[in-house]
Amino acid sequence: MYFHPDSQIIELQERARDLRLDSVEMIYRRQAGHPGGSLSAADIVAALFFHKMRIDPHNPEWPERDRFIMSKGHASALLYAALAQCGYFPREDLQHWGELDCHLQGHPDRLKTPGVEMTAGLLGHGVAIGIGIALTARMDGRPFHTYVLMGDGECQGGIVWEGAMVAAKYRLANLTAIVDYNDVQLDGAVHDILPLEPLVDKWRACNWAVIEINGHDMRQILQALDTADEIHDRPTMIIARTTKGKGVSYMENKSYWHGVAPNDAQLAQAVAEIKGAGRHG
Amino acid sequence: MAEISMREGYGRALAAYGAVNPNIVVLDVDTSASTLTHFFAKQYPERFFNIGIAEPCMIDVAVGLALGGKVPFANGFSALLALRALEQIRTCVAYARTNVKIAASYAGVSDFKDGPTHHSIMDIAIMRAMPEMTVIVPADANEASAWVPVIAEYDGPVYLRISRAATLPVHDSSVTVAIGKGITLRDGGDVTIIAVGSMVGRSLLAADRLAARGLDVRVLEMHTLKPIDTQLILKAAAETGAIVTAEEHTILGGLGGAVAEVLSLHRPTPLEMVGIHDTFTRTAPAPEPLMDAFCMSVEDIIGGAERAIQRKR
Repeated sequence: MYFHPDSQIIELQERARDLRLDSVEMIYRRQAGHPGGSLSAADIVAALFFHKMRIDPHNPEWPERDRFIMSKGHASALLYAALAQCGYFPREDLQHWGELDCHLQGHPDRLKTPGVEMTAGLLGHGVAIGIGIALTARMDGRPFHTYVLMGDGECQGGIVWEGAMVAAKYRLANLTAIVDYNDVQLDGAVHDILPLEPLVDKWRACNWAVIEINGHDMRQILQALDTADEIHDRPTMIIARTTKGKGVSYMENKSYWHGVAPNDAQLAQAVAEIKGAGRHG
Repeated sequence: MAEISMREGYGRALAAYGAVNPNIVVLDVDTSASTLTHFFAKQYPERFFNIGIAEPCMIDVAVGLALGGKVPFANGFSALLALRALEQIRTCVAYARTNVKIAASYAGVSDFKDGPTHHSIMDIAIMRAMPEMTVIVPADANEASAWVPVIAEYDGPVYLRISRAATLPVHDSSVTVAIGKGITLRDGGDVTIIAVGSMVGRSLLAADRLAARGLDVRVLEMHTLKPIDTQLILKAAAETGAIVTAEEHTILGGLGGAVAEVLSLHRPTPLEMVGIHDTFTRTAPAPEPLMDAFCMSVEDIIGGAERAIQRKR
């Protein structure tokens, strides 16, 4: 376990704030996208892209790079913001997201955008694809780690559990999945639509190492990612308890904000609140 | 030539090619004793992954292996791959253009004894409709073997349709194949039979019988359904003026549909289609009578050729 000084925690919290700002502004400008799940996962994505993962934005195909699979592809604004802030492409491109001749598609497309490891959009693919990538690391003796960020709603799909069993069979310690467990999906609360509980027990029963954290507590996120490194005989699942729409009061825990863009006044409030949280955070 | 099943030709070739190309990895869904990928599994256990009975997961694991630089051959029953794992194939193989080879065993009605749940009679139509997908249907065991290195060395998604049954032998072991280049098996000027898979051997028999009636029949093997050999089809249309297609598949959207698209766009020509007529099939004790019962007999091809000739001018 590494020691994470306060200064590092604060810096990553500021990174997460910047990702939230970019995400809501992108969604506002395009009048399309998914704010709720982008805001809920921002802290996790900040921890991965700005601290944990060994990546080289100037050499996106570097064979030794850690891999990040955005399985919840509708959080594309968040992914694009992270890639741009890392330097995979100019931040100016974010303004053209979704335009016909822009490389940023509605959902991530690996063939169009540098840094996008896998095309996504429809749910449930991340774990199984992550398994394949993790297997190649093992076969080729490469030390890279594969991270998969999933939505909680995704766990309602059968292929996720097919992958859960397969990853355990092959004891893929170089695979870590994170569930952004905000408990809200398009039609309402996850616990009403199709309850996942006991989610920790389910993944444990599939022979994964499971860590449960507060997905907005940067120290807990970093510690969980460090712990995953130290597990050598099985894949790790981090169940990150989060708040849908985190940081924007009128969006928090509201299924309405799963896939709706803010208007002018709503954007102004969102930006003010996110910036405010950054100052006091 | 000894008649071995197409699946055996494929399975043995895959194991042999494993020695040539260390990047080849093979996946199966608890069907390796049936798809005959067990030959590969035995030789290269560290490059073989049995995913269990989970076709969608297998396709996505194959996608990940491809992203990591391997050349995965994902094996299963064609009906299940084309239907149950279709979204994975569409999104993560075709749209994402990952280098995954889908080896779909049990083409058409070749799994005769298991019945219509296991028959794969619409997979070509499904795969043809998919951008980026190359669709290949070998005619016999030798040809199935010949395709293994060719598709492994091609960079992109491939759907290879393998028959469970022993089909009539068409090629010897020296057969060479190229993606998108049809094979002229027999020249002739009165009518052209364009065939795929198990219907190629049957079409050659039909051509013999038509020749005995004084007709000069051309036989083309259109192993690549996509990209289809437009040039070869148009040449046949120009030189013979009548075409019949033959496939172990519904005539809707398969080879017949593909040839109809080419002809109607470029050179309208009398066309008859031999294949399954928009119906589900039945269980049978052997593949041959099943094919005969569902409009894929040698006589059906002969009848189609005669009708096509009658429709000239």
